[in-house]
Amino acid sequence: MTPLLEVKDLVKHFPIKRGILIDREVDQVRAVDGISFDVQRGETLGLVGESGSGKSTACRAVLQLIKPTSGSIKFEGREIAGLGRRQMRPLRREMQMIFQDPYASLNPRKRIGQIVGDPLKLQGVARGSDLRRQVQELLERVGLASEHYNRFPHEFSGGQRQRIGIARALALKPKLVICDEPVSALDVSIQAQIVNLLDDLQDELGLAYLFVAHDIGVVRHISDRIAVMHDGRIVEQGTADQVCEQPKDDYTKKLLAAVPIPDPRESRERRGQVASR
Amino acid sequence: MSAAPILSVRDLRVGFQTEAGLLQAVDQVSFDLSPGEVLAIVGESGSGKSVTAQTMIGLTRSKNSQIEGSVKLDGEELLDADDATMRRLRGEKIGMVFQDPMTSFNPVYRLGNQIIEAIRAHNGDVGKDEARQRVVELFESVGIPNAERRIDNYPHEFSGGMRQRAMIAMALAMEPEVLIADEPTTALDVTIQAQILRLLDDLNRQRGLATILITHDLGVVAEVADRVLVMYAGRVVEEGTLDEIFYDPQHPYTWGLMGSLTRLDRPRPRRLPQIAGSPPSLLDLPQGCPFRPRCPHEFSKCPEYPGLEARLAEAAGHRDRCWLTPDEKRAKRQVEGQIGLEAPR
Repeated sequence: MTPLLEVKDLVKHFPIKRGILIDREVDQVRAVDGISFDVQRGETLGLVGESGSGKSTACRAVLQLIKPTSGSIKFEGREIAGLGRRQMRPLRREMQMIFQDPYASLNPRKRIGQIVGDPLKLQGVARGSDLRRQVQELLERVGLASEHYNRFPHEFSGGQRQRIGIARALALKPKLVICDEPVSALDVSIQAQIVNLLDDLQDELGLAYLFVAHDIGVVRHISDRIAVMHDGRIVEQGTADQVCEQPKDDYTKKLLAAVPIPDPRESRERRGQVASR
Repeated sequence: MSAAPILSVRDLRVGFQTEAGLLQAVDQVSFDLSPGEVLAIVGESGSGKSVTAQTMIGLTRSKNSQIEGSVKLDGEELLDADDATMRRLRGEKIGMVFQDPMTSFNPVYRLGNQIIEAIRAHNGDVGKDEARQRVVELFESVGIPNAERRIDNYPHEFSGGMRQRAMIAMALAMEPEVLIADEPTTALDVTIQAQILRLLDDLNRQRGLATILITHDLGVVAEVADRVLVMYAGRVVEEGTLDEIFYDPQHPYTWGLMGSLTRLDRPRPRRLPQIAGSPPSLLDLPQGCPFRPRCPHEFSKCPEYPGLEARLAEAAGHRDRCWLTPDEKRAKRQVEGQIGLEAPR
């Protein structure tokens, strides 16, 4: 079966330009330097890496929010790299995104009903009382109340705002949701709620996630497979348990070793080992 | 612990007058800190951990704040010290490291000059060259390579991890006895975080620095802390040694925090244990235990506010605010999952 999303040799280089009259390209930032991966229907692929590893650039290139330098991106077998805005529009229904910062990703002047309902309206899916009903159902689906319809974002906590962002992403019933650090701005006790919500929604709606985060613990929990990014390349790819328990690449090993273990005895033991090495 | 405490906080209360009424950000917080000790204050946003730290160094003084209680540094009361005294104490006695190394330096001055200025403001006898030499040594001691050249860089020329090292160097410039680190690694990548934690640990051991580490990350706590305070809604809900908190946690909120961690060293659960609901508004606290509305073990006693007491015969320093008996707690904790199953040793 063709994968839902198939990315091949994706490259995104940003030019570094110098000069006043003539913009000379003197060098390039190789943000994404030839990565390949695929996401199957209903599956979660975790993309981990530290800041600057290129994971966010990869996401944006997949969504055609930035133009990739080269490479192929196939959605349901159809090439989408290089498609124009207009050609992308119908595909936007199939691919949605959840952002990191729930304080920056919701328009403070719009009511919740409008924020969640706008995608439906813009794509001509629903209007009027039907629109309102659909939005209220979505709000309830993500653990909010239908009375929240007329409220403004500032009336909500970080975790609730992230639920609003999720409702907006799900409004058009996408097949693929790209989650860019969806829990890293949230408190620990709220992170678990959001991770569980994403899990439930996946089971119910058969969503596929491309889940991007720097927290390997969270990525391992939610992902079926994990790809580790470093300096614009994928250095290792495998099932979540394989990558976390038997890492092959040196960078993956280093990354895993740096994650603090919330267990004082194990942590002391590990430090002892590191010291004696 | 071992030596006499250098810092002693008693019944600290910090409130802010707001349009909606008095917001009690910190309530009845007490603790001691000894030289060479690392005390971790753990809690979520709004738990009062940062306000506690900021109040100690006089950063929450303002027209609308109400501060009560006592903060003694080496026997000297800080809460009613005048501004000039506080200015002297900040830096000389207490150094502070903030979360965001990006916004904590002035972007238009060279890093070295900012630290030289701080040194000379505290001690006018130090000449420019001498101060510069000292900054070079400080940079070397916190592991910044090419210190000689790097001190003439601007903040934007440093990476996040290097900038955090520079901030630690600045906090240590006047050789303080107490270091307050407010989420010092939260903005950093894990590999860099590991380096900064090692550095803090070394400084703490070599210099006998008393450290208050404010964080929400229990993994970080396990790596460096000696003792732990867990805060919720402005109050300490549990305190104890590192092992007591991790292997025999007494408060359901602490269980919740431990349970909701995604751990790489354990097989992954099908579902993450979660704490229901969200932290209460400090303007509208529930009656009695503030964790009551989110707690799965609420019972008839909970509308009464529990004191912070030692409830375990074997650990006098391990105190918590929960009405359940230790036996009930241990039984309920087992039901909740793999939380603190082993006995402390």
